[in-house]
Amino acid sequence: MKLALHGLAARHPAAAGGSAPALRPVRLSVEPGEQLAVVGPSGAGKTTLLHALACALQPAAGRLELDGADPWTLPVSGLQKLRGRLFLAPQAPPLAPRQRVVTAVLAARLPRQTLLASLRSLVYPLNAEAARDALARFDLADKLWDRVDRLSGGERQRVGLARVLVSAASLWLIDEPLSSLDPSRAAMAIDALTRAARERGATLITTLHQVDVATRFPRVLGMRDGEVRFDLPAAEVSAERLAALYAEHS
Amino acid sequence: MSAAAPPALRDPAWTGRVFWSLAALALLAPALVATEFKPWLLVEPGALKATGRFVGDFLPPKFEPGFLWLVAQECWRTVAIATAGMALALVLAIPMALIANSVLSVSALPGRMHALPFAVRQGVRALLIVLRSVPELVWALVFVRVVGLGPTAGVLAIALTYSGMLGKVYCEILESDDRAATHALLRNGAGRLQAFFYGMLPQSASELTSYTVYRWECAIRSSAVLGFVGAGGLGQQMDNSMKMFNGSEVATMLLVFMLLVGLADGASAWLRRRIG
Repeated sequence: MKLALHGLAARHPAAAGGSAPALRPVRLSVEPGEQLAVVGPSGAGKTTLLHALACALQPAAGRLELDGADPWTLPVSGLQKLRGRLFLAPQAPPLAPRQRVVTAVLAARLPRQTLLASLRSLVYPLNAEAARDALARFDLADKLWDRVDRLSGGERQRVGLARVLVSAASLWLIDEPLSSLDPSRAAMAIDALTRAARERGATLITTLHQVDVATRFPRVLGMRDGEVRFDLPAAEVSAERLAALYAEHS
Repeated sequence: MSAAAPPALRDPAWTGRVFWSLAALALLAPALVATEFKPWLLVEPGALKATGRFVGDFLPPKFEPGFLWLVAQECWRTVAIATAGMALALVLAIPMALIANSVLSVSALPGRMHALPFAVRQGVRALLIVLRSVPELVWALVFVRVVGLGPTAGVLAIALTYSGMLGKVYCEILESDDRAATHALLRNGAGRLQAFFYGMLPQSASELTSYTVYRWECAIRSSAVLGFVGAGGLGQQMDNSMKMFNGSEVATMLLVFMLLVGLADGASAWLRRRIG
């Protein structure tokens, strides 16, 4: 999916009307199939940016364009249909307790299933193979029939990522996918994500705290104080730029 | 860090807590006056004697085979009234709980709910209030006139009042549980009912089951009260026995009630364990 932000600003729904927006006007355009890492200190507005892109947050100013159209001019049902083509994976994997891994992963297919088919899938999983293949990419295929609330934090996070692979979305928005993974699992997970996104031609935007991982992406966005400080190919992201981005507030 | 002074260690919520605790007590006082609440009257010699006579009548409970068979039949009818009433109530309550709860609102995802869905939700809430604010006894008196004496009136009365109660509490259980899983599904384009079955239901299943079984237990008690106005079952039998001042029969039926409530309690615990 192709996306463009024209001076888009956003604030948290709970924030007071006059407060400073969590995301100041941003100008950005991303081509279909591009892969983008967003870095920056905590509170820089990275998650708000993802939420705005996922149509989870209405812009306070400016305009969002997905495949050339403004989603916020659509009626509610049209917007919901469009949301089926986006996938937002929050940092804390939103897995319902008591559910089995297979169901949690297959839940990503709901937007393209009829209600009847999704109910049938609750009785007997309709496409366990897809769930198993997605889990296998994160080395988790053996947990297919386990309950999500019996998994470790890192396993839950990988289940959350396997979900992305099962969805039919063409824009993947992933928030801190590595926060509870050890370094070797983290490398594996990011490889699995980028490879799968390439295979499907999906646009991938992920926020990251691991700068060394981020610089393996073709394009890196540096954010601080709700603003984009740099938007460069990874090769041009110098140590000085990163030091300035993460410098203590004076 | 900023140069401002460090925060004081005095808990800023303290004054508010003390105020509201005292306010609650102050509000309770007039209620005690209005209800002429004088618990010491219970232990006055005259009262104790009257109580003793009444309870003494209950002993020993009546265990004649013929009577036990009658009680068993009426007990079955009572359970049937409660269960049928609950089933009908569920048919009404579940859709209303799904419509009324705000977590499944797609228009509210980015912030404020739209006006029309808001109005529909408030309308359903109002309907739930109407349904449960009329006591089942009154519904039963209405239906006894419509369908005549017998269990049907009891079933309909329980169905109406309980649909109001179940709908409201289901809605509140669904709204108070963690909404992250449900909202994530809606945000990724799932339909409302899909989000309910894949996000909300596993989240709230245990709570919903426990409340449903508890309400079934209440429905059994309710059907006893309804029996007094001619809706059949153990209640009607109990009314007959009381009119005949036959305490030992009443005692047997009370024991049956205890058994039923204990059974419901066990069923609820078992179901909750199964759901986990």
